[in-house]
Amino acid sequence: MLCIHNGNIIDGKRKDFYQGDILIDKGKIVEISCNNLCYKAEKIIDAKNLWVMPGFIDVHCHLREPGFEYKEDIASGTRSAAAGGFTSIACMPNTKPTIDNAAMVNFIKMKAAQEGKVKVYPIGAITKGREGKELTEMKELLEAGVIALSDDGDPVSDSRIMRLALEYAGQWGLPLISHCEDKSLAKDGVMNEGIISTMLGLKGIPSAAEEIMVARDVILAGTTGAPLHIAHVSTKGSVEIIRKAKSMGIKVTCETAPHYFSADEKWVDGYDTNAKVNPPLRTEEDVEAIKKGLQDGTIDIIATDHAPHHRDEKEIEYPLAASGISGFETAFALCYTNLVTENVISLVELVNKMSTIPARIFKIHGGTLEVGKAADIAIVNLKEEYTIDVQGFYSKGKNNPFHGKKVKGKVVYTIVQGKVVYDDGKII
Amino acid sequence: MTLSKKDFLGLRNINCHEINEILETAKLMKYTLVKNNKKTSYLQGKTIVTLFYENSTRTRLSFELASKYMSASVANVSASSSSVAKGESLMDTGRTIERMGVDVIIIRHPLSGAAHLLARNVNVSVINAGDGMNEHPTQALLDMFTMCEKKGGIQGLQVAIIGDILHSRVARSNIWGLTTMGAKVRVAGPSTLMPPGLEDIGVQVFSNVEDAIRDADVVMALRLQKERQESSLLPSIREYSKVYGLNKERIALARKDVLIMHPGPINRGVELTSHIADCVNSTINEQVTNGVAVRMALLYLITRRRQNSNALYS
Ligand SMILES: [Zn+2]
Ligand SMILES: [Zn+2]
Repeated sequence: MLCIHNGNIIDGKRKDFYQGDILIDKGKIVEISCNNLCYKAEKIIDAKNLWVMPGFIDVHCHLREPGFEYKEDIASGTRSAAAGGFTSIACMPNTKPTIDNAAMVNFIKMKAAQEGKVKVYPIGAITKGREGKELTEMKELLEAGVIALSDDGDPVSDSRIMRLALEYAGQWGLPLISHCEDKSLAKDGVMNEGIISTMLGLKGIPSAAEEIMVARDVILAGTTGAPLHIAHVSTKGSVEIIRKAKSMGIKVTCETAPHYFSADEKWVDGYDTNAKVNPPLRTEEDVEAIKKGLQDGTIDIIATDHAPHHRDEKEIEYPLAASGISGFETAFALCYTNLVTENVISLVELVNKMSTIPARIFKIHGGTLEVGKAADIAIVNLKEEYTIDVQGFYSKGKNNPFHGKKVKGKVVYTIVQGKVVYDDGKII
Repeated sequence: MTLSKKDFLGLRNINCHEINEILETAKLMKYTLVKNNKKTSYLQGKTIVTLFYENSTRTRLSFELASKYMSASVANVSASSSSVAKGESLMDTGRTIERMGVDVIIIRHPLSGAAHLLARNVNVSVINAGDGMNEHPTQALLDMFTMCEKKGGIQGLQVAIIGDILHSRVARSNIWGLTTMGAKVRVAGPSTLMPPGLEDIGVQVFSNVEDAIRDADVVMALRLQKERQESSLLPSIREYSKVYGLNKERIALARKDVLIMHPGPINRGVELTSHIADCVNSTINEQVTNGVAVRMALLYLITRRRQNSNALYS
């Protein structure tokens, strides 16, 4: 038995925290108490002055396997996730080949079971080959174990196909995750369209490229009644459209990623390819709107959109560089530093957005600390201030614009199914 | 006299002292240019490489002659634009050239920020001869040099830039340089070719070309690429020249002694009429001569800087 002793516990159910011990046996939580439970355990984690919370659940990451193992694979990606306090992650299907059939889903699950450090939930494609033309065999994908469907990396540009996909997947309540981008408007843009793109002479992507698709998709979700989840919300306009849709009773949820409230378009100055991401980093005004959206609950959850790339794809001319940020290992610190210490949301609300609510939306086990449930736990030190160093990443992708930045909040332990997989800097 | 940075990438982050330094040095260089024997030994023993990923006869020739008039060895490397995305990376090419004992690399590239990428990855000096839509700083320097010559200074001048501001590196470099030197910059052009936020960097934006030209000391027309029509940014070249082209009537709104400039090559009858291109106020031919002088000055200053820093360590 393992006892997490004397930590500050946020259990994902109560609105406050309490001090106490958590006893774990055979992968499950067997007792939570305000009394000392150490005497029952062989192994003890002293969590004094640390915070114990349900392990984080990331519903949007790119593990790159199969097809792009030089960027990341399931082994390295799940280690990176564990180092970030994540115990369950859902990987996007834009691999080679695409995860668009049951066999591919089984391959991911098998690989993850063999080599993974955390629980991996595949997301299937909406259309075959993510080409936006023919629907995938969604029922079979569901039975194989996907938690959602998405053509992420690309939008479903054809509105009729999107509508049919919502109708069809909606029959089983299977959520569609929409990467909202009007390709004809985004065209060959490489950063947010605005004063900085003007100053740098880079082609801009207007906010409208995202917002038009958000509007289209919430309208389709409204008429079909199917569950829709909007990926990586980055603009003020998107937040407003989703807020309005929710007030109309449309079944829509959404996520943002840490970089959309921790950085803005100015970070691209100097042609920093690590700040190149899709959707692009937006303006200060958008950052404020994202924070407001997180605060009032319009933005339900935070997902990383962990998108590792090889250095050869980043150390090139800015317009040619790959888009994406390797985000697992900076997610919690950025959220804690920029949201909690800035009083945008409370620590309990942060845990909800990084664990409890994603579990609920996507029907993933976890998100709470309860007796009888799996012991998926993150333990963090909120006092520790440190400098982000990408060279220390477990991810193969060192592409992260926050390198060198001072942050607060460090993951010290990650426990998956009762097993310590990350212990103070080391993967076990 | 020297420059503070290893590289010369643009006018955005350069102060008025350094711009003055270059313009003053260019004055001296222009004397040697009009002499019978142009050759000086200022760059004796220096090696300069022009690395051009875009065709540009005039800019390359201008740099090459500037180097040769000062006795430097020059080698030209050409790579087609299509080889940008494939083949050897810019970083590897730059490092290879550096290893061959080069002092300065002059780069022209179709992508914004390419010169910055190269500069970060080599120890030799890098001069930006045009990167994508970003900057073409030596063009702006020669424009400013021409204004100085004709107007006695830049401070307080009203400069109107007309045309495709969105895609123009010449416009960007001129906006940075001119505002730093105390000129007032106005722009006019089709709104589909106007980038957002120019007001925030001190530029006056006009929707009407006549208003931009009125009482201007300098009117600069930008080259219009034919592709703009194909990508629907413009209904037609014909309509462009009708609404934004410089003609006698429009130029009459400017000050009598207005300078008419164009970075070349000109599309006669599109950006300006032949009458305007060839009139007494046009400095288009003189700009070409001044281009060599300005580039000589820049090369002189940038190589001197390296000599000084070497001296520190020997
Ligand atoms: Zn996406
Ligand atoms: Zn993604």
